[in-house]
Amino acid sequence: MGEKLLMKGNEVIAEAALRAGCRCYFGYPITPQTEIAHYLAKKMPQVGGTFIQAESEIAAINMVYGAAGAGARVMTSSSSPGISLKQEGISYISGAELPAVIVNIVRCGPGLGGILPAQCDYFQAVKGGGHGDYKMVVLAPSSVQELYELTVEAFNIADRYRILTMIMGDGILGQMMETVEFRDEEEIIKVDKDWATTGTEMKRDHNTITSIYINPEVLEKHNQKLQAKYRKIEENEVRVETFNCDGADIIVAAYGTVARIIKNVIKMAEKEGIKVGLIRPITLWPFPVAAFEKYSEVPKAFLSVELNAGQMVEDVRLAVNGKRPVYFHGRMGGMLPTQKEILDKIKEIVKGD
Amino acid sequence: MFDRRINIFTGHFGSGKTEVAVNFAIKLSELSRKKFEHSAGIDEKTAIVDMDIINPFFRTVDAKSELEKHGIWVISSIYANTNVDIPALPSEIYTLFEKKEYKVVFDVGGDDLGAKAVSRFRQEILSDDYELFFVVNVKRPMTDTPEKIKEMIYIIEESSGIKITKLVNNTNYLFDTTAEDIIEGHKMLEEVSKETGVPIAFASGLRKPLEEAGQVIKVPLLPIGKLIKLPWEQDGDEGLEIEI
Repeated sequence: MGEKLLMKGNEVIAEAALRAGCRCYFGYPITPQTEIAHYLAKKMPQVGGTFIQAESEIAAINMVYGAAGAGARVMTSSSSPGISLKQEGISYISGAELPAVIVNIVRCGPGLGGILPAQCDYFQAVKGGGHGDYKMVVLAPSSVQELYELTVEAFNIADRYRILTMIMGDGILGQMMETVEFRDEEEIIKVDKDWATTGTEMKRDHNTITSIYINPEVLEKHNQKLQAKYRKIEENEVRVETFNCDGADIIVAAYGTVARIIKNVIKMAEKEGIKVGLIRPITLWPFPVAAFEKYSEVPKAFLSVELNAGQMVEDVRLAVNGKRPVYFHGRMGGMLPTQKEILDKIKEIVKGD
Repeated sequence: MFDRRINIFTGHFGSGKTEVAVNFAIKLSELSRKKFEHSAGIDEKTAIVDMDIINPFFRTVDAKSELEKHGIWVISSIYANTNVDIPALPSEIYTLFEKKEYKVVFDVGGDDLGAKAVSRFRQEILSDDYELFFVVNVKRPMTDTPEKIKEMIYIIEESSGIKITKLVNNTNYLFDTTAEDIIEGHKMLEEVSKETGVPIAFASGLRKPLEEAGQVIKVPLLPIGKLIKLPWEQDGDEGLEIEI
């Protein structure tokens, strides 16, 4: 490993993008992710890249559409209300099969909501906030180091599959400081973007970037091709951390910030003689179904802890498929669950049956 | 180090200003209490002002109960740590330029953007007994060379309209900090000090590495405890509690 620095989550996302070869960023400021734009406004010109503060989130996502169509490594970032505005563009980019990275540093909703941390955009990210049968790869880091590594990886995944990849964090992850160790050189995959609109030089037919297919048979075929790609991603790109699960009495499902809290709950529970496991999805889509299947015989139950009213818990229930009860504990509005309140919930479940 | 009435902490955002300011205020209040015990005539009080108009999270007010335990008056915007991001300043700031019995710590927001808030009180500060500290962590990407540190000093001075009077070495990797890191920070600041003429006031950091570094570097030390906590550092997590 190379250079070691103390950085904020948002700064690390920006730095990782630069290291991954991203030379186009289009965004519009919104708390709690503005440091990404702030950092890139300073650094992008130094590496010969393009930074544009767009007039709106809608403009920014359509700039992403254009740059990705021309074969550039491109990123935009925002927070919940801004991501809602981008949904039309997200659907179009997905339809046109373009690679790009979107960062959502989630804040609490609905509506203008508030700026404090939340995970209430899970459904929007993994089930598709825009229209049509599309998917995005959704990565959920839980430390500053992982924000770095997954942001670099997000660009590779995007290029490999011609797909949108989303980094989903929250205000805590974006604002907190941790040590990060950078690699001397990034592993950047090289793909031949022979589909990009970069000029024919009169040597080939022109390329077309589009999501409109007038002939229904052709559109169905296009959709089938997209679905085949999504199945391939489900096979190859699942990322998950399982912690303390072998021999556990109960398994908690949690991602991002909440998973950090759970790791301390596990220590507290151990003192009281309860073995708690953690399944931490790192890709929210594709969801780590196999990890849940593997531990679906856990003696007591599953518990999904989230900063929302119960969203990922639905995918946990689908994965566990009725073999064990799946409970939920969540907080909203920017409130975070304390370690004690989660432990109390675990004790209630373990003693309850 | 603790003799000025007004103590203003500026720096690059993420340099650790808030931790330094909060711990500095606690130290000030302890010294005032000792002074009071020794001579009944002097009754100094301590106040800390959250002047951060940049950072929505991890603020002075997170340490409010700890500060109030020490009898420190905590002045912060009513919007701090709420669900709105309004860069407002508390009106009580004006009082502190009148109540001369207070020793005051200003915790200013990061970079030139945060320092802008200081410029509004420029006249009051310049006509008072003040110190303008510049807190540096050389392990932060925008202040990891003497050139970048000087650039940051320049833009903060330009924005606040006041010259920085002292440097503070707060070099750290949080809990992974070693004495060598602190010494490295000190050496870089010595270089900056030589070129700018601004002296180093003190070094701050977690007690163990700081005291070890203190055997090599000859500046006053301010051992600090981490009072601004992350959600997983709270209840029941003794491992991360650090004594001041």
